[in-house]
Amino acid sequence: MAKQVTLTIDGKQVTVPEGTLVADAAKMAGIDIPVFCHHPKLEPVGMCRMCLVEIGRPVRDRATGQFVMENGAPKIQFMPKLETACTNKVEEGMVVLTRSQKAVEGQKGTIEFLLTSHPLDCPICDKGGECPLQNLTVAYGPGKSRFLYDEKMHLDKQVPLGELIWLDRERCIQCARCIRFQNEIAGDPVIGFDERGRATQIVSFSDPGFDSVFSGNTTDICPVGALTTSDFRFGARPWELQAHASICTQCPVGCNTTLNTRREAKSGGRIVVKRVMPRQNEDVNEIWICDKGRFAYHYTEGKQRLTRPMIRKDGKLTRASWDAATKLAAENFQKAKKNFVILASGRLSNEDLFNLKSLAEHADGKAYIYSHMGGGELTSLVGVGEGTNFGSMGAGTTIVVVASDLYEEAPVWYLRIKQAAARGANLIVMNARETKLDRYASFTVRYAYGDEVKAVSDLAKKGKIGDTFLKSENAVILYGSDGLGVSGSAALASACAKLLHDNGFTGRPNNGLIGVWGRANDQGAWEMGFEVEEDLAKAFKGKTVYIAGADPVADDPKLAKALEGAEFVAVQDVMTTATTEIADVVLPAQAFTEREGTLTSGERRVQRFYPAVPVTGEAKADFAITSQIARHMGIVLEGTSVSAVFDILAASVKSFEGLTYARLAEVRPQWPIVGRSDLYYGGTTYENTQGMGAQLSAAAGRGEKVSIPKVEKEALVRPKEKELLAVPVTKLYDRGTTILPSELLHERIGEAKVILHPETAKSLGVEEDQKVSVSFNGVNGEAAVKLTDTISVGVALIPRSMGLAIREPVAVKVK
Amino acid sequence: MGVFDPLLELLRGLGTTFKMALDKPVTYQYPEEKRPVRPRFRGRHVLKRYENGLEKCIGCSLCAAACPADAIFVEASENTDEKRFSPGERYASTYEINMLRCIYCGFCEDACPTEAIVLGDNYELSFYDRRSAIYTKEMLLEPVPSVEMTTPRKVEPGVFTRSVPEMKDPQD
Ligand code: SF4
Ligand code: SF4
Ligand code: SF4
Ligand code: SF4
Ligand code: FES
Repeated sequence: MAKQVTLTIDGKQVTVPEGTLVADAAKMAGIDIPVFCHHPKLEPVGMCRMCLVEIGRPVRDRATGQFVMENGAPKIQFMPKLETACTNKVEEGMVVLTRSQKAVEGQKGTIEFLLTSHPLDCPICDKGGECPLQNLTVAYGPGKSRFLYDEKMHLDKQVPLGELIWLDRERCIQCARCIRFQNEIAGDPVIGFDERGRATQIVSFSDPGFDSVFSGNTTDICPVGALTTSDFRFGARPWELQAHASICTQCPVGCNTTLNTRREAKSGGRIVVKRVMPRQNEDVNEIWICDKGRFAYHYTEGKQRLTRPMIRKDGKLTRASWDAATKLAAENFQKAKKNFVILASGRLSNEDLFNLKSLAEHADGKAYIYSHMGGGELTSLVGVGEGTNFGSMGAGTTIVVVASDLYEEAPVWYLRIKQAAARGANLIVMNARETKLDRYASFTVRYAYGDEVKAVSDLAKKGKIGDTFLKSENAVILYGSDGLGVSGSAALASACAKLLHDNGFTGRPNNGLIGVWGRANDQGAWEMGFEVEEDLAKAFKGKTVYIAGADPVADDPKLAKALEGAEFVAVQDVMTTATTEIADVVLPAQAFTEREGTLTSGERRVQRFYPAVPVTGEAKADFAITSQIARHMGIVLEGTSVSAVFDILAASVKSFEGLTYARLAEVRPQWPIVGRSDLYYGGTTYENTQGMGAQLSAAAGRGEKVSIPKVEKEALVRPKEKELLAVPVTKLYDRGTTILPSELLHERIGEAKVILHPETAKSLGVEEDQKVSVSFNGVNGEAAVKLTDTISVGVALIPRSMGLAIREPVAVKVK
Repeated sequence: MGVFDPLLELLRGLGTTFKMALDKPVTYQYPEEKRPVRPRFRGRHVLKRYENGLEKCIGCSLCAAACPADAIFVEASENTDEKRFSPGERYASTYEINMLRCIYCGFCEDACPTEAIVLGDNYELSFYDRRSAIYTKEMLLEPVPSVEMTTPRKVEPGVFTRSVPEMKDPQD
């Protein structure tokens, strides 16, 4: 523990760790010092002068270094001028006066100055009602200004910094919180100050504007309404919004969010989600979320939502009752016997997956997870468990990231690992190409596509890198699917698990394997015992298929063909997809915004989400639909209450043992303090009052004997002449069904791409942005060429879910 | 008490009756005749316009926030110079007052930063059903001074950039 320092603030004795800033020390003691530019997550700059206080320090005798005593107490000497509480660190015996007349006058003066050019915009300002400047002006301002209204500086009021974030230059108080967030925390220095004096203004110097996946966070920490999102702009006043705790369903990080809802005339009087805000969980996402989580929630409200069950009659889908639809499905499932296949996506909650898996077990069918990645059995075996938190990793911990572009696949992990590296953790980034995380790595390892397993197996033998890895106290490995298919990633997982297991990096907090999955609850599906099938087309042929939350028909023409040849197809989803179009029975499911449940994050943290808006049409929760089908088959599955399913699940799945639904809702005090009256301090991130979740135990942590099965790696693809090696990669914004309905993101999603090295392009005779035809494995398509020299020559990267159905490395012809 | 005393009382009473019969009556022959209201009377609301026809309301919802009866519902949208309703960036795309809830306290008037919502002279508020007690923006808006001043309308770009006008303190 750091050395403790005791000081007096406003007559109150406060003991805090050495190195704490006075402003933070006061906050810890419940004393508010007004701040604008200071943010507990950012380096202090002392730009706004709002935190002026009187600071006195005990006088020391020069000769002895002892305090000079006066009337039995140390003599305190105050500085002649006010000082900033946000840049001064606490010292033993310090005396701070935050409300002395001098300090109050200083604070009044600062507000008066800040407002000299501030517009009278509160009535139309999106921040009005949750604005630190409003609040602090009322609490600490002079009430009147001596400046002339007519002399206000006028600047541009509607400046799009990119298509997601708008800037009002008049409202900006030049605190640089946004710039510092981008530089220090996000590591995307794409905005900055231009001009000087009163004309100082924020500009974006990237193309496209404000090119960062964390841009939305600046609107939370901006202490005024200068930065607003185009998604919410003028959507409602903050006090009109209801807040509902939720979990982001877009990636395996599992960021805690708050859904702000309101009844809206524009939406025909329905209650709708108006914005997604981060909810503090210092163990998961701190106070941040990425832009995908913030803006890609629109699919839940789209016109394509399924509202009632349908049955195919004479080749056409017609409306049916729940009873008829589930009965038909049940009859067919029962008839199928061993030929019954369930395909579920990691978009579903733990309870849904548990019921599906139970149904498969009772009915003697197979339960597959719809994933492009394998190796999940290993993350249950030697995965990270209770007490693991990137926030507590620093010196002594090694973090290995292999075959994953975290910035694109799990942005908030990227951000937290970057922070851990800054605290001294050893970061080893292994990939066949350069990724953004390389900049913060202690070591980078480059391998050729196909050599992932070898690279990992050799890691411990690799001189300095190996030494660092072996000598560290803790180690986690995050493995992904950059350039890998199902069997490739499964082989990689096995190599990683072996490396961890052999060197004792399992079964303890901050040790173990993490999968960078494609979907939010893939880890949950693995815990439930789902398997991944490499050749789904074969698995579907002639079978009776029950698909929940997945759209294989749109993703892959081969799967579409296979499903045509299936005996019977039941599809359960929130919206109309290409797969529901070919189904024999369509079962409408509730979106995550309409129901409650739990999700398991990649760090194996189980977290609860809560209903925010009313149910669409006749839709039911997935676990309830499965239970209703099961009942027709004579199988009893809990289908009325989520917490009851969770209890059964906790009793039957080992890693969930000991968890209760209520325990997931527990919270503990967190730092920094955010939200409500403290929003001036930590930003408009919501305070966590509805649960921080709980982590699962791993087999290794439970003391079970663990043996890592060896997985054969797939045969290397050898491109012939005039062919390239094409590998799948994941992009943050793709054409997935949960992202595409958010029109705001279309510009960032773009079109189908094939990414080449400039030299490869030259030898093929193609140029940047040129449309080329791409053919592999029976797939033919068009894509635009993008060039980058961060990849190797002779390789083509093809982003997943962008129109070209690539599942594993293949040889490709580009023309 | 004398024998004639009751009679006297009766005549005195009749005297008042006759006197009043000759007096000018105070009754208004409503609805043919309407009683004028006082300057500070608080009747049905009106949404005001500027002289140039633009709506004063900027959709800020402060009236709705101030309303103790939760009678007002406001929803805002963004203005453009192509389709301008009010000065500045924001206008009320939906504005409704439920007259059955309203207690005519005038708090909305006080809260409004642009003097857009004003409690007017109209007190004739009776309805056959609850739904028709909800006044929409169209019903509350003052008529435009002339046809070419209707909203929304196309305006010269960059002129109407300020939502909140400079105002004097109210005089009455
Ligand atoms: S930033 Fe705050 S003080 Fe400034 S106009 Fe907006 S709400 Fe008002
Ligand atoms: S835009 Fe906001 S966060 Fe950025 S400098 Fe201005 S006031 Fe600060
Ligand atoms: S007069 Fe009072 S009760 Fe009526 S709408 Fe205005 S604020 Fe509400
Ligand atoms: S009437 Fe006034 S207070 Fe109400 S929304 Fe319009 S501008 Fe705001
Ligand atoms: S100078 Fe201390 S908060 Fe800005």
